[in-house]
Amino acid sequence: MIAIKTIDLVKKYNEKNAVNKLNIAINKGELFSLLGVNGAGKTTTIKMLSCLISPTSGDALLLGDSIVSKPYAVKEKINVSPQETAVAPNLTATENLVLIAEIYGNDKKTAYAKANEMISTFGLAEVAQNRAKILSGGMQRRLSIAMALISNPQILFLDEPTLGLDVLARRELWSAIEKLKGKITIILTTHYMEEAEALSDRIGIMSNGELKAVGTPAELITKASAKNFEDAFVALATDGGIQL
Amino acid sequence: MKSMVFASRNSKELLRDPLNLAFMIGFPLVVLFLFSIIGANAPESVFEVGNMAPGVAVFGYSFIALFSGTLISKDRTTSFLMRLFTTPLRASDFIIGYILPLLPMAILQSAICFIASIFLGLKVSINLLLALVVLIPAAALFIGIGLLVGSIFNDKQVGGICGALLTNLSAWLSGAWFDVRLVGGVFETIAYLLPFTHAVDAAKAAISGDYASILPHLLWVVGYAVIILTVAIVIFKKKMNSDKV
Repeated sequence: MIAIKTIDLVKKYNEKNAVNKLNIAINKGELFSLLGVNGAGKTTTIKMLSCLISPTSGDALLLGDSIVSKPYAVKEKINVSPQETAVAPNLTATENLVLIAEIYGNDKKTAYAKANEMISTFGLAEVAQNRAKILSGGMQRRLSIAMALISNPQILFLDEPTLGLDVLARRELWSAIEKLKGKITIILTTHYMEEAEALSDRIGIMSNGELKAVGTPAELITKASAKNFEDAFVALATDGGIQL
Repeated sequence: MKSMVFASRNSKELLRDPLNLAFMIGFPLVVLFLFSIIGANAPESVFEVGNMAPGVAVFGYSFIALFSGTLISKDRTTSFLMRLFTTPLRASDFIIGYILPLLPMAILQSAICFIASIFLGLKVSINLLLALVVLIPAAALFIGIGLLVGSIFNDKQVGGICGALLTNLSAWLSGAWFDVRLVGGVFETIAYLLPFTHAVDAAKAAISGDYASILPHLLWVVGYAVIILTVAIVIFKKKMNSDKV
């Protein structure tokens, strides 16, 4: 079953195409990574799919609902962990989680139960009662992702979730993301080749606002006749691209 | 309901910052006590506590505007607001959520100012409660200024506009520090074209029991509050739907 389908999705800024006629279909339960250099159009795509900005033209259906005509129906089903660690600084980690749970319609009791579950899942117990602003970068990032998951989204957007994290914190996050695979549809953007290769079911390579290639990591390596995934990415992001 | 959840978060953010509390409550009290010392040695009636308390109360609202503007601005620049824009919260939830917690804070700030004034000689009267009610449109006006400035500028700019410009405007042009009629001329005309002096005069009239004088001043304040809040809401909603939060 298709979870996300974009139809000629376009976003223009002053006549420059940030995203140009994007047509993509992502299956339910799939972890799909969007890969590309800076300015490739990854974040703009995520912002459109999460109803944060309106497309210039085209549309996208998320579990059947249009981002153009039914944005609030879409918003009920999705959640986003933005590129920047977006947490309420003077609230504790628990309070941040409860806040998001309540915004999605949970009563206080359920919100706290879900918050405790997230605290346990993401290893936040030691800092649960600490204000978010004093948490380390890694802990803030974990909290940010937990906040994105507490609403039980059917589709989760992770915009560069491991940006700025050290190797250990990154590996811990990978482990948490891997546990979600198959349960919900995840769209992940990243600059890290090894991250996309390790986590993704399929990868879409974007360049200059266009989707240059789509496939599994192995398929992309084969099609680019490359030695490894990084070489495949360089070849596909700079050449015409190959649709698989 | 969702707006209440967001309002609760905003209350916590504001009240858990000791600097906010110090400025919102402490600074107006310092000004009040300072003026009372000056008043003890000066013949000028503006330093009489009945005249001074409403002026300091209105001056104190500039800090409410400063901290509400800073909160909104920081929410924008840290992407927290962007995250919330992807949730099912609607524009009305955001606006109510930002405005609602600040109104009781402003009323409490004025109440503390009046209670402190009682210790400085202000006569205890039911009119003090009336003055608190009369000051509500002024509080709404300053909250609107905070929402407006916070929706447009970054937190440093908000600091400059609300922390420097607005505090000075509300101090010099409200009659909080001196009677603007003493200066007269263009200064007095400008002061009475702006809402600050009217807010102070309405509260003074309430405290002194001159009920007939309240409404003409209050209408100016209500007019400004409606205009500023409307503009603030329109700009905030526009930001919500724009490409750049």
